[in-house]
Amino acid sequence: MKESLGVYDYWPYKDRPKIQWPNGAKVALWVAPNIEFYELDPPENPQRKAWPQPSPALPGYTIRDYGNRVGHRRQMALLDKYGIRGSVSLSVAVCEHHPEIIEMCCERDWELFSHGIYNTRYTYGLSEEQEREMIRDSIETIHRHSGQKCAGYLAPALSHSERTLDLFAEVSSELFGDKAGLYTCDLFHDDQPTPVTVRNGKRFISMPYSLEMNDTIVYSVNKVEPRHYGTMLKRHFDRLYEEGKDSGTVMCIPTHNYQVSCPHRLKAFEEALEYITGHSDVWVATGREIADYYLRHYYDAALEDIKNKMVSVK
Amino acid sequence: MSLDKQYLNYPQRSYGHDHDRFSWSMLADRAPIMWPEGKRVAVWINTSLQFYPLNQRGKPFKVPNGMTMPYPDLRHFTLRDYGNRVGIYRLLKAFERYSVRPTFAINSQLALDTPYLLEQLKQFDGEFICHGWNMDHLHYGGQDEQEEAELVKRSVDTLNTLIDTPVRGWLSPAKNQSWKTPDLLAANGIEYCCDWANDDMPYRFETKNGSLMMMPLSTELEDQFIIGQNLHSEDSWVEQVKDAFDFLLEESATQGGRMLALNIHPWMLGQPHRISSLEAVLEYIMKHADVWQATAGDILQAFNAQTIKED
Repeated sequence: MKESLGVYDYWPYKDRPKIQWPNGAKVALWVAPNIEFYELDPPENPQRKAWPQPSPALPGYTIRDYGNRVGHRRQMALLDKYGIRGSVSLSVAVCEHHPEIIEMCCERDWELFSHGIYNTRYTYGLSEEQEREMIRDSIETIHRHSGQKCAGYLAPALSHSERTLDLFAEVSSELFGDKAGLYTCDLFHDDQPTPVTVRNGKRFISMPYSLEMNDTIVYSVNKVEPRHYGTMLKRHFDRLYEEGKDSGTVMCIPTHNYQVSCPHRLKAFEEALEYITGHSDVWVATGREIADYYLRHYYDAALEDIKNKMVSVK
Repeated sequence: MSLDKQYLNYPQRSYGHDHDRFSWSMLADRAPIMWPEGKRVAVWINTSLQFYPLNQRGKPFKVPNGMTMPYPDLRHFTLRDYGNRVGIYRLLKAFERYSVRPTFAINSQLALDTPYLLEQLKQFDGEFICHGWNMDHLHYGGQDEQEEAELVKRSVDTLNTLIDTPVRGWLSPAKNQSWKTPDLLAANGIEYCCDWANDDMPYRFETKNGSLMMMPLSTELEDQFIIGQNLHSEDSWVEQVKDAFDFLLEESATQGGRMLALNIHPWMLGQPHRISSLEAVLEYIMKHADVWQATAGDILQAFNAQTIKED
């Protein structure tokens, strides 16, 4: 085990090279609906239990199933209404189980990125070869069902190994070169994209994917009242919009169709979306679009600045 | 050491769900349902009447809202008992005031042990559904089959001897089941179950002993979930129920009738400082012109009349 992850350098938020998003936008907004599949009777992983009760653990399973049966369409209608294309963090087995959902995402030109096969299969305990196989399966499944070359990765159920980012970068390069494997959502250390060092030396970044704004963290872990979630989203946006005058920021709203799409929670979410998209200098984009833009315009300047700041400290 | 190869095998990875209990469909794609008199939202007010034993075994897990302290946990035992002695009478008064037709999900042991309470509940034009034996007799994966078969039969039979019409519905304690529970329910003449909270409308569920209907009883809107587990304020619970109702009403304008399944507990909302919150919810919902407030069984009957076709 390592004391520190060691895939990025310390890089202070202040005085970075200025980012300007397209059309002078201050904030790049992306919404990342997690579309997940949880198994009723998953195999055991010695390091993490899938459910608190013995299978069939209905309380946890049924609300997640609700997300796909009921919630997804509600969220999709809302994102349509505000002109937002989702960047889907996908348990790729949804392609086989519920292809109707995938078709609807493709019709809307939503982005699909890998969130593993099932959200009840953890990375813990996988050998490097096994994790590579799982990642390859996920990228290939997305390509087979949508034609998309998977740009991003969020490890299933946020279960990682030390090699996760390396393997995603490597497998995506092997399959699709620089067309796939642009960003990871697994790091929560910044409000702007940042370069990440991977084993194969690929131009690769961390894309802000806010756990603090993640509805599951908000509702299930932090037990926030729905209307207050709306307030949190607005405040988060306000500050990033303000700071975005100096250098463009990224706001991500990670959602789950079994959380935000419950009837008692949609109103607060809708109000926040209306508020945020009502501002003029917001670039509503997908994860891939933000990553592409950053890699083209700011990645090299970032590397240079990081190097200079490390030297100046020394 | 790495995991067994099996960990990356996915035997259920194919179309539909990862089991064969019911078919996959999205709510938004189903044929619209019409409620009686053209009402748009069917409101099911489910009152769960529960007995939490002091000598809780906690097998295979401690039931939510049960005993947490070393024996004898008088604190939680009496707080729950309060609901059946005091709280329920505040709820019943509110039901009377707003002409609610309640659905009472009752532990059969409680129905047996409190005849006075049962008589009071019978005064309402409501419905009884079986809520298992008590809150420490859970149904769970790995449970001995004979034990569970006896438990279901005893729970259903006992309640049937105490009420006037045969029990149609079932709600498992903690909404937990074994793999066999649905089969046992169907074998015992149960017509519908409320445990699978994976939809906002009724749907057909298959068992080894014929079909069972599922009447999903939302957990996320429950008083014990919002106030008890999430520690939200009573005012927030009221706001959340109203927001849910408003949303379902709006959805019904384009997608057909919707169902608001509201599960409440006398030990929670029956407290003096909370009862006004229930009244606020009833005030908002019961006076609404688009509401059909009915029992779970009546809602299901209206649903079945439109969805079950002659073979």
